[in-house]
Amino acid sequence: MSDINAAIDAEVKSNDVLLFMKGTPKMPMCGFSGQVVQILSHLGVPFKGVNILESDALRQGVKDYSNWPTFPQLYVKGEFVGGADITREMFQAGELQTLLKDKGLIA
Amino acid sequence: MTYRQRMIDKLTAAFQPTFLEVIDESDRHHGHGGQHTQGETHFVVQIASAAFRDTTRLQRHRMINEVLKQELAERVHALTIEADPA
Repeated sequence: MSDINAAIDAEVKSNDVLLFMKGTPKMPMCGFSGQVVQILSHLGVPFKGVNILESDALRQGVKDYSNWPTFPQLYVKGEFVGGADITREMFQAGELQTLLKDKGLIA
Repeated sequence: MTYRQRMIDKLTAAFQPTFLEVIDESDRHHGHGGQHTQGETHFVVQIASAAFRDTTRLQRHRMINEVLKQELAERVHALTIEADPA
């Protein structure tokens, strides 16, 4: 495992809810990243945002790690949930709330 | 050939969809970080296919991403996917 891959893996496994995104939760640089920040904030679940625009190595590394070509990318308890579409569809269907409750991350 | 047409051709060949729309929304993201100056960066794919029966959302997205791997690597950096079983 390369250094960047190991670093990403450690980040994914040490944060209950992790969002790889363009920009930061306070200042998303892309509408799709902003949508997922809004959903997570609305649900009141603490999460860490990682700005993949800070480094090309990180950006490519996360794409390879997840085998997913675009951002944002949401992880819950070390498991890849999906990008903006899947997160939004799950939220609208109530499935994201169920997932977060089942994992004990929201009441 | 445009990226849009390439994507239509590949999705048609891979999934024999009963419904397929590939919409270029790049204009709505003008000047945004990573925007390619020649456009064709942001697309919406609406697709229905029997190939998506008994699959999860995540599996359907992965199937489509795999078919469009080359386009995603070269140019396309946002793909909104609405994929339903036919």
